[in-house]
Amino acid sequence: MANLLILPIILPFFAAALGLLWRTQRRLQRLLSLLGAAGIFATGIALISVVRQSGPLVLAVGGWPAPFGITLVADLLSAILVTLTGGIGLAVVVFSFSAIDAQRERFAYFPLLLILLMGVCGAFLTGDIFNLYVWFEVLLIASFVLLALGSERAQMEGAIKYVTINLISSMLFLVAVGLLYAEAGTLNMADLSQVIPQAPNPGLIAAIAALFLVAFGIKAAMFPLYFWLPAAYHTPPPVVSAVFAGLLTKVGVYALLRMFTLVFVGDVGYTHAIILTLAGVTMVVGVLGALAQSELRRILSFLIVSHIGFAVMGLGLYTPAGLSGAVFYIVEDMIVLTGLFLVAGIIDQVAPDDDLRNLGGFYAAAPLFGLLFLLPALSLAGVPPLSGFFAKLALLRASVAIGQYGIVAAAICTSVLTLLAVTRMWSEVFWKPNPRQEAIVLPRFGAQGLALWLPVIVLAGLVVVLGLAVGPAFGLASAAGQQLFDPSVYVRAVLGAGQ
Amino acid sequence: MQVVLAFLIGGLFAIAIYLMLRRTVARVIIGLALLTNATNLLIFTVGGLTRAAPPLIPEGQDRPTTPIADSMPQSLILTAIVIGFGVLAFMMVLAFRTTQVVVEDDTDRMQATDALVPVEMTDLAEPYDEEEESHPHDPVPTPRAQGAT
Repeated sequence: MANLLILPIILPFFAAALGLLWRTQRRLQRLLSLLGAAGIFATGIALISVVRQSGPLVLAVGGWPAPFGITLVADLLSAILVTLTGGIGLAVVVFSFSAIDAQRERFAYFPLLLILLMGVCGAFLTGDIFNLYVWFEVLLIASFVLLALGSERAQMEGAIKYVTINLISSMLFLVAVGLLYAEAGTLNMADLSQVIPQAPNPGLIAAIAALFLVAFGIKAAMFPLYFWLPAAYHTPPPVVSAVFAGLLTKVGVYALLRMFTLVFVGDVGYTHAIILTLAGVTMVVGVLGALAQSELRRILSFLIVSHIGFAVMGLGLYTPAGLSGAVFYIVEDMIVLTGLFLVAGIIDQVAPDDDLRNLGGFYAAAPLFGLLFLLPALSLAGVPPLSGFFAKLALLRASVAIGQYGIVAAAICTSVLTLLAVTRMWSEVFWKPNPRQEAIVLPRFGAQGLALWLPVIVLAGLVVVLGLAVGPAFGLASAAGQQLFDPSVYVRAVLGAGQ
Repeated sequence: MQVVLAFLIGGLFAIAIYLMLRRTVARVIIGLALLTNATNLLIFTVGGLTRAAPPLIPEGQDRPTTPIADSMPQSLILTAIVIGFGVLAFMMVLAFRTTQVVVEDDTDRMQATDALVPVEMTDLAEPYDEEEESHPHDPVPTPRAQGAT
């Protein structure tokens, strides 16, 4: 059963390798990437059900027992995130069938996408801090190439900034790992959580924690380290932005959640207060940036930043309710942002650019298309009964419960401003007449169009379903939050009952 | 020895950061290469320096008989070197492609993706005319190429 854990890594790996071997066979590549993403999704669902029944699943890779070898661990959070990675991978692969040009496809677009998915799954599943660094590099190098593929001017400029800042963040991460190893003598996360409280030098541990916070903060695009994201995410084709928006920053948030619930919990009043403050500022600054922009994908890029703040806020609260809210928020955010970027991708198919001033008339052309934008957009702003409302509600209740009213104010302001930002997009792109005075011809539901519409419809539907079935969905997130708050289950599963 | 290495690492980090704050992409890349090496040396040093005690188990034994060097930092560094090498190679190719497409290696002129409204390239700051940076073959600032070539 534990061998399930290796599947989300080797399935996309083999699919990517085969795809690279037959680089010119477009249909084979498409089939392989579909199978790879579907495999991750199916394994994720299996992982969730197994982990729910019998606790965290652990695989000692190569048979080396826990603190010595590399372990793969799936607790509920990892299982949920792997499932979502598969789901978003599927949506993006299907959308790419008709959104990605033949040129990019010949230059191994699909294998790169699979490598990216593999890196993301590896980062979610590993129980070893150095291995986490390796997975970060795997997903980063795939994202570098995906970002630069096409070599348009904006892409190259965006890529230079994105690559440089991410390499600096990786180096900080590596420095932190080296120092942590010197201090604790182990790299296994569960073992670290046992050793760190007895570390002789708490001051150095705090410094290492700060290094991790900066390194993951850059990856997650937290204030004040978010500037690279709006400069880079809007430059590749929208479908690439969609997979970045759905997955990449969330890996940073996941790493923060993992390290700051499992390892660095020695001085919660200090570290998590900093995290909470940063979360609040991230929210407000991100949404203000979104209001200042006038291009669709740039607005969405700033909204990514803003809503990273909510996920991190749950970590900053550091209560079971806060962590549960954070888990549910990450799930909701991944679906919503991927959906919105894919909507931008459909608009990109028919419009010359994505400047709000040159867009318009989409509601008159296709009212139901407007609905597909509005559902995830309103969920992002937190309008009931969509899933975003319940995610925000859970976080707000958790903050009120421990009297953190400052973050409540920031969250409510951000929600209102997000609503303003999305209604602005709605009125400019959909409601206003088309300034170009020509008919908008959206892709039809043919063989080509279906690949565009299906993922958007499914993601918008998920937003509604998660809102209506919030009971069971939040139950799962809340169980994951409990596991995060009390890592003893995780530690016992990894190190054996003796600990 | 540790003190010497500590100063070396600190110096390397300082030089790397200084280079990465420069405006030309080429220097940023050299800075990144130094940063990678500084990080590797740091892992090596904080992992504990041991002289002439390789982690080898004598023949016939099943565990080492004398104190040995920790081999873990070295395996971490090996992995990091491989990754760093790959990433650096990619960065160089990227910079090469960028200079072809953007016709520019001054990062201050790569602001098309940051600005609120699309910027005319001629509106940007004066060309970088620091003494050492001037191109002998190109004394007069020429209008920069627009868009992809």
